[in-house]
Amino acid sequence: MEHTTINLNLKVWRQKNAEDKGQFENYKAENISTEMSFLEMFDVLNEKLINEGQDPVAFDHDCREGICGMCSMHINGRAHGPWSGTTTCQLHMRAFKDGETITVEPWRAKAFPVLKDLTVDRSAFDRIQQAGGYVSVNTGNAQDGNALPIDKKNADASFDAAMCIGCGACVAACKNSSAMLFTSAKVSQYALLPQGQPERTTRVMNMVAQMDKEGFGACTNTGACEAECPKEISISNIARLNREYLNAQLSL
Amino acid sequence: MINNRIPAGELAQKWSTYKSTCKLVNPANKRSIDIIVVGTGLAGASAAATLAELGYSVKTFCFQDSGRRAHSIAAQGGINAAKNYQNDGDSVYRLFYDTIKGGDYRAREANVHRLAEVSVNIIDQCVAQGVPFAREYGGLLSNRSFGGTQVQRTFYAAGQTGQQLLLGAYSAQMRQVSIGAIQEHNRHEMLDVVVIDGKARGIIARNLVTGEIERHGAHAVLLCTGGYGNVFFLSTNAMGSNVTAAWKAHKKGAYFGNPCFTQIHPTCIPVSGDHQSKLTLMSESLRNDGRIWVPKKQGDTRKAYDIPEEERDYYLERRYPAFGNLVPRDVASRAAKERCDAGYGVGTSKMAVYLDFASAIERYGKTEATKQGIHNASKEEIIKMGKGVVKEKYGNLFDMYAKITGEDPYSIPMRIYPAVHYTMGGLWVDYELMTSVPGLYALGEANFSEHGANRLGASALMQGLADGYFVIPYTIGNYLADEIRTPKIDTKQKAFDDAEKIVKDRIAHFMNVKGTKSVDYFHKALGKIMWDKCGMARNAAGLKQAIQEIRTLREEFWKDVRVPGTADSLNPELDKAGRVADFLELGELMCIDALNREESCGGHFREEHQTEDGEALRHDENFMYVACWENIGNNEWQLNKEDLVYDVIHPSQRNYK
Ligand SMILES: Cc1cc2nc3c(=O)[nH]c(=O)nc-3n(C[C@H](O)[C@H](O)[C@H](O)COP(=O)(O)OP(=O)(O)OC[C@H]3O[C@@H](n4cnc5c(N)ncnc54)[C@H](O)[C@@H]3O)c2cc1C
Ligand code: SF4
Ligand code: FES
Repeated sequence: MEHTTINLNLKVWRQKNAEDKGQFENYKAENISTEMSFLEMFDVLNEKLINEGQDPVAFDHDCREGICGMCSMHINGRAHGPWSGTTTCQLHMRAFKDGETITVEPWRAKAFPVLKDLTVDRSAFDRIQQAGGYVSVNTGNAQDGNALPIDKKNADASFDAAMCIGCGACVAACKNSSAMLFTSAKVSQYALLPQGQPERTTRVMNMVAQMDKEGFGACTNTGACEAECPKEISISNIARLNREYLNAQLSL
Repeated sequence: MINNRIPAGELAQKWSTYKSTCKLVNPANKRSIDIIVVGTGLAGASAAATLAELGYSVKTFCFQDSGRRAHSIAAQGGINAAKNYQNDGDSVYRLFYDTIKGGDYRAREANVHRLAEVSVNIIDQCVAQGVPFAREYGGLLSNRSFGGTQVQRTFYAAGQTGQQLLLGAYSAQMRQVSIGAIQEHNRHEMLDVVVIDGKARGIIARNLVTGEIERHGAHAVLLCTGGYGNVFFLSTNAMGSNVTAAWKAHKKGAYFGNPCFTQIHPTCIPVSGDHQSKLTLMSESLRNDGRIWVPKKQGDTRKAYDIPEEERDYYLERRYPAFGNLVPRDVASRAAKERCDAGYGVGTSKMAVYLDFASAIERYGKTEATKQGIHNASKEEIIKMGKGVVKEKYGNLFDMYAKITGEDPYSIPMRIYPAVHYTMGGLWVDYELMTSVPGLYALGEANFSEHGANRLGASALMQGLADGYFVIPYTIGNYLADEIRTPKIDTKQKAFDDAEKIVKDRIAHFMNVKGTKSVDYFHKALGKIMWDKCGMARNAAGLKQAIQEIRTLREEFWKDVRVPGTADSLNPELDKAGRVADFLELGELMCIDALNREESCGGHFREEHQTEDGEALRHDENFMYVACWENIGNNEWQLNKEDLVYDVIHPSQRNYK
């Protein structure tokens, strides 16, 4: 690929800790290769800040290949930035123009308090999973894997939902900070498989209850979550969750 | 003498005999026994969930913000199991044999046989948990092939097998958290093991958000902390992957096994510049359908598709007709290096080869056309259908490639080059997965493993889950049965004070150096030494030089590193400093081990020891052993040897021709 270098103005959210009010700071990022990933651009910025004796910007990241769900930057008003179906770590500097100003913020949601700068606490997602995101089968209890054929269509649809990386972009993108896309993806994965049937009703009830308890907002079907989801999890999962929830209530 | 505690008896009966004769802990006693599991990857999550199900009281630790983000999540291609669902001649014995041979006869027979035996249970367990594996139209599980085998035994979930398996294990772990059987400690880093009267009794951990140093006691400690490929700075590992937990254990007496055995994966996206922070793997599964080639002419600057078929060198198919593009990783990596070093590389850096899908696209397109009853399909239609099939199989990998390189791999071949990927070396463990410190266990990539000198693809996921779901639940009981009278571990004991003091002093030192260079500066310098002198090819002169360079760098690090911020808050630079300090010691040991092993085997290639046609040349008479390095303080080590005994397989020169 052709590559060039560009200069950018960064407007980055800085916040010492959860109690601090926080504010934007301006930085210059110079001689940035368009081959760099967005996080590598931040590495360059941090190296510069360290060399100048300043505190580098704290941000979450680990795999840097779009699968761990750790990276989480809100870039120019969009969760994970301008490319669709892409995590922050997969975004590359090709996406930006020389001289551009880029605004970078943490996920904003009551249920995701900021810990420092661009790092937030997403443990609420773990607790939603604990409320029912599993099949109750102890190790050693399983029958032969092929004893239970599963319609390929359902298996594939279940996989599509299971691809969620738990990043929280759906929450950050939603004006209500709803966690419906995340929760519905997990509910759907199991609802579509025979293994998920025995706990089908309790699972959806408990996971939704936990979601509400964590302080996530209600879903008003604006579809912002689906548009920003890096794994393109379909909003039809939310419709499925709603059906599951209704059926569960009826069966009580 | 090293006692590996391999049970007596026929190879195929060892594990079942062990299981039916090992000591047990009764359910009432389990409740008052505490187990610490450090790491929540496949090995840690599966162990934690299973031990909690059995009734033990479990604490988990990981440095990410959630257990689900452990590096296992990134595994792409698949997991092996000797199910023989394809009826293509697979069996437990064949998986065992392939793994021993793939590892170039440097693994233990008894462990590998056990691994092959339990592989079948893993798939069943994962299916029961709701892991959505790929399926055929008839609803049954689908398989693909991986390198170093001639059967289809790899189970997969598109290019996200690790993710799906880990989320399965994580869901089991979350279920135990919800009933209070597991207490989670996320964003925590283990910084030391506490050993009392020769037994592991707990850990010191740092809360990475508040900076608080915590003490945790337990009757046994499991390290499931992954591999140390990041000693090379650039690798396919996640940014946080580190050796710290294993290294601290090593310093407290656990032997380090075969540290120099590193796997360099043949198909990764090449380095694009100095800013590079990590390398991205293109799964080995791509070698099922992709063909690897370089131009026949040196320094050819034509675009890939301007080079006609007869001017391409499909060098793996040429050199290894029996296995072709599916030779094991070490062989494929060295062959790529050989071509590039000889001046046949492609791309701007010339340090890359092509991985080409054109023929697969055409082949799949034709099959698809026939399936759909279109007999006069045009070339374009065929290609379009073929791309559809390839997209279904490898879509996410192709997307990943396109995002990083800005090129479309459906129409131009991928450029790939080998990169550090996996470490076969690790903490030495016996048959029961116990290190040389009683009560301290190592599972998954953190142990020196069943993979000998080279791991076959799709076998790490298998090993991690085998260790966690099916091995440790038995073997730990054999130890804990004698611990039921040990009361809850009191963390006010002196050993905890001492360990905590060392941890705190070290952190204070990092904060006080106030030097001039960032942690990354040192990490990159170390990585370069390791890659140049202890990478894909090694020789005595280079290794000796590397050892000197690492010592100098280490001294400079302690005097001149700059760690900004404070120790009582979230401070990723401080976390990195501790990890790099440990890498700077491990790197030296890796070079020492590589220097000591005067032979080539698997991923360890000593230039002085090769066959006439450039293949690895083993010296079984002198090196048929596991190098178990014992720390004797002050960056000095003593070598202990565990002899490898082959009762069933007769080691031979590996041949993939
Ligand atoms: C890109 C990629 C693709 C791969 N694809 C495949 C594949 O297709 N098939 C296959 O079989 N293998 C594959 N592998 C290899 C395989 O993924 C790993 O070997 C395996 O997942 C390791 O699992 P683990 O449980 O041992 O450790 P990890 O998953 O690495 O987990 C380590 C855990 O330890 C924790 N930890 C580490 N240090 C500390 C500390 N000091 N304190 C607290 N916690 C700590 C981490 O937080 C994490 O939870 C791949 C590897 C990579 C890099
Ligand atoms: S649904 Fe999408 S956006 Fe939401 S957590 Fe999952 S992957 Fe992230
Ligand atoms: S760092 Fe893992 S998804 Fe971005």
